[in-house]
Amino acid sequence: MHDTLKIIIGLVVFLILMTFPLWYNLANGKATYRPEPEVITKSIPGKDKCILPAEQMRVRHLSLLNQWRDSAVRRGVRTYAAGDGRSFEMSLTRTCLDCHSNKDTFCDRCHNYLNVKPYCWGCHLTQQDTVQSR
Amino acid sequence: MNRRDFIKAAGIASLGIAAKPGWDLLAQEALRQTAPLTAKRWAMLIDLKICADKEGCRDCSVVCHRIHNVPDFGNPKDEVKWIWREPFERVFEDQENQFVPENLERSPVLVLCNHCNNPPCVRVCPTQATFKRPGDGIVMMDWHRCIGCRYCVAACPYGSRSFNWRDPRPFIKELQLDFPTRERGVVEKCTFCEERLAKGLIPACVEACKEKALIFGDIEDAESEVRRLLNQRFSIRRKPELGTQPQIYYLV
Repeated sequence: MHDTLKIIIGLVVFLILMTFPLWYNLANGKATYRPEPEVITKSIPGKDKCILPAEQMRVRHLSLLNQWRDSAVRRGVRTYAAGDGRSFEMSLTRTCLDCHSNKDTFCDRCHNYLNVKPYCWGCHLTQQDTVQSR
Repeated sequence: MNRRDFIKAAGIASLGIAAKPGWDLLAQEALRQTAPLTAKRWAMLIDLKICADKEGCRDCSVVCHRIHNVPDFGNPKDEVKWIWREPFERVFEDQENQFVPENLERSPVLVLCNHCNNPPCVRVCPTQATFKRPGDGIVMMDWHRCIGCRYCVAACPYGSRSFNWRDPRPFIKELQLDFPTRERGVVEKCTFCEERLAKGLIPACVEACKEKALIFGDIEDAESEVRRLLNQRFSIRRKPELGTQPQIYYLV
């Protein structure tokens, strides 16, 4: 039992190696990789802006989509009045994906990075799905 | 630019600014143009005579199943269906008459969800995935909530509900972007085309029937065509003794 020093050195080296990514990012001041979703929007008259500002959409799109779902399916109310006076149909496929037609480089980039698998796409279709089926 | 031209230009520009809100209002109006169809209680009549004469006709089913992304698994065990034909004696099991007009008895009868006033499927659903719309009585399905327990399949006395035992996506011939598919483990059935009613369109089967054997309307409205026809002709319903109050009437 005279290896105390070796064991402690070993443990310290192990801890430093294990936490290296954290130290590295702290020292660097930024994450080495962050997903960059591509916002490719088709130019649709009156729809050149999203229903909410991007910062809000980033945080709120999950609860907003849930609200749209409940409103359209359960209450039969399908028109969303945006804060700036415009109105939109509450539809994932026809409204959201109409502008953000690139699900793979828009939705999927962040979802893959965060390893979240929203099951919207188990039923809701994208343009790419319908093209592939033909 | 002299003063005259400047004033002209300024006048035209201010006219344009003044017209903008009006233009926006018109644009909004165009969005709203297709007012949804509403009723106190939707119901459907099926003219058995017309339908029986066109025995091979499947127009309504074909259109319905196409626009709603209904899969075709190609075997009766996994079959998913919204509107289809069933032999007379299986549709009207309680029909006790010994003699029924031959053409009626021999030709299969069109069946779909009965959108009951007192729907047993709604009573048994543990997640309220299937519910009766308070506004117009449509027995609706919220596929987001369906957990696939199949209580409703067992409860429905008309066999109107189908279960997706397998992933339906590969079995849909032509995916329609406008309507979602279902997932494995979800029950589905006719929804009276509520997504079309919201856009001001009548159900697809009614529209597809060239013979006008299907009539759709508000049964609470005494002036409606469905009420007029129910007044003129005798009609039967499926298993009325169960007290489910089905809203599909068969004109005989």
